[in-house]
Amino acid sequence: MTASDAKPRKPFRWHIIVFLAPAVLVYTAIMIVPLFGTLQFSLFRNVSGGQTFVGLDNFRTLFGDPNWSRGFWNALWNNVWFFIIHMLVQNPIGILLAALLSSPKLRLSSFYRTAIFIPTILSFVIVGFAWKLILSPIWGVAPNLLDLVGLKSLFTPWLGKEEYALTALSLISVWQFVGIPMMLIYAALLSIPDEVIEAAECDGVTGMAQFWKIKLPLILPSIGIISVLTFVANFNAFDLIYSAQGALAGPNYSTDILGTFLYRAFFGFQLQVGDRNMGAAIATMMFLIILTGVCLYLFLIQTRLRRYQF
Amino acid sequence: MNMKLFTAALLGSSLLCSAAHAQEATLTIESWRNDDLAIWQEKLIPAFQAAHPDIKVVFSPSAPTEYNAALNAKLDAGSAGDIITCRPFDASLDLFKNGKLADLTDLSGIENFSDVAKSAWTTDDGKQTFCVPMASVIHGFIYNKDAFRELGIEPPATEDEFFAALDKIKEDGNYIPMAMGTKDLWEAATMGYQNIGPNYWHGEEGRLALIKGEQKLTDPQWVEPFATLAKWKPYLGDGFEAQTYPDSQNLFTLGRAAIFPAGSWEISVFNTQVDFEMGAFPPPVKAAGDACYISDHTDIGIGMNAASKNPEAAKTFLTWVASPEFAEIYANALPGFFSLNSTPVKMEDPLAQEFVSWRDKCKSTIRSTYQILSRGTPNLENETWVESANVINGTVSPEDAAKKLQAGLDSWYKPAE
Repeated sequence: MTASDAKPRKPFRWHIIVFLAPAVLVYTAIMIVPLFGTLQFSLFRNVSGGQTFVGLDNFRTLFGDPNWSRGFWNALWNNVWFFIIHMLVQNPIGILLAALLSSPKLRLSSFYRTAIFIPTILSFVIVGFAWKLILSPIWGVAPNLLDLVGLKSLFTPWLGKEEYALTALSLISVWQFVGIPMMLIYAALLSIPDEVIEAAECDGVTGMAQFWKIKLPLILPSIGIISVLTFVANFNAFDLIYSAQGALAGPNYSTDILGTFLYRAFFGFQLQVGDRNMGAAIATMMFLIILTGVCLYLFLIQTRLRRYQF
Repeated sequence: MNMKLFTAALLGSSLLCSAAHAQEATLTIESWRNDDLAIWQEKLIPAFQAAHPDIKVVFSPSAPTEYNAALNAKLDAGSAGDIITCRPFDASLDLFKNGKLADLTDLSGIENFSDVAKSAWTTDDGKQTFCVPMASVIHGFIYNKDAFRELGIEPPATEDEFFAALDKIKEDGNYIPMAMGTKDLWEAATMGYQNIGPNYWHGEEGRLALIKGEQKLTDPQWVEPFATLAKWKPYLGDGFEAQTYPDSQNLFTLGRAAIFPAGSWEISVFNTQVDFEMGAFPPPVKAAGDACYISDHTDIGIGMNAASKNPEAAKTFLTWVASPEFAEIYANALPGFFSLNSTPVKMEDPLAQEFVSWRDKCKSTIRSTYQILSRGTPNLENETWVESANVINGTVSPEDAAKKLQAGLDSWYKPAE
């Protein structure tokens, strides 16, 4: 035996556990346990007053019974549309605003930054109510404003028409949340070192070309993160639809997304009695959809993004 | 020493207090009617205590949206009050089946109510009653009397007259003929379909036949109200698709609309807001001289917690609620919430009098979707909201709407069994 074996064993590093404990305990208590509670709930059903294990029957009902599956696929498609609008409108506008804000020539940039970000901190209830009033055909300012520019004929009661309601609500949501991608991209743009920009300028890359060739590749990881955040937020959305259109997500369920569909199933509505088990089955599906989406991003996209260290 | 004395005094006083309590029963009322707090405290409870000084009553309401959940939790925990305000139909029926509400079939005073009045709080076989009916709401149309006078229109009695009146108002152009929107969906179903429908399906006759499975929602008497609703579209205001219920109320109370398809609960709200004279007419019948039917929907009842510690006092109180005296105070304090008591109640409010007078000439029924038929998925009541709005919006034909409702009902409701 050599002397090196006699080296005293490292003491167990208790402080790691102690420091981790509060976060782990709180997270377990308010996130992980309820999550598994929901998953478990979806495997049971209320049979003659008691909870009975039924395996995947609730999911069979959800996908097999046309009354449930129609609602589910409708809500899922609406949700996808909600997401598409956000990806096509919110994030490009966010990037554009951030690019404009980071331009050194822009005056009052901190004012614009604050003004654009403020709707994000407003409550959904306020946003839903305010936009309902703005777009109201009776008292709203939208018809009058359109009249001023001679476009009154374009006005329709958007929130009350099946074909427009969901898009209108998506755009309201975009209006509210465009500040978040703007802030994240803005931060990413600021963190690009001046040396890189200067080098680009020495090589004659300026203006738009500089944005497309130098800055955009450097902020791609941030754009990826924003896409994931948008995805998660959109598939968990509920508040805006509920406050603007009510739990039945009218007209004719055209604005029904997974969140409102879950709400009606779980808590019931008017004469409909809540069914906690079917609600849990829908919640589980939402969880799986979001999980799949995030995994796709993590394994397919994020691993291929190149990162630059300065 | 002092401390001991003090403790003894405290003990003594608490003993005294509890002794006093034992003689005087305290009843707590659970309710979702926040708005009625003042009426209970200032009018109803003093009137009851004048006759029963030994029973103390406390009215303790909670928020309407939380009521069902809060009540269930309290009943499970054993902390609920002695007297429970009953929601109509299944919510209360469930409580009764689970033994939370006491059986009141033999309560003295319950004989003051007709079977229709009790239908919301009896078992499906009609044998047991578990809540005393308190009030109902009646559907009809409230109109702007000044506007009608200005245009020389009489309140219409038949459907042809109704549409002629609407045409005339529309032609004149000063008023929106009818204030109703489809955004909130329920207006279309409750003030539309359930308002005019009973005349087509002959009230209770059709409603019970539907429950028994002898009629279908696709039968002509159930499709026709949809067809009539579809004809309302041109008479609603611009952008009615996005018009909410408060919008409709405001359009009418501001005097911009001439007719408001209504429930009688609007009376007390409108009375404080309008500066013109209001009138009301019942849903028009198809041809002059047809028998008329009105939706006289049972909405509030009151029952007893089966676990109450003061069952005798609670029964005394409920008997009083079933009496004409209670009916009179309640109906006058809340015009538009009509007593279901068989003894006619004298009311001061002229509009409320008009509404209640229809009970004498028309037959009463309740909303067709409320009893039994909304127990399954898809929920018939919710679907009726959606389809009524679709029909008025013109996105679905009356026949298709009826077909869809019947298909949804067929998927879980088997009346023969």
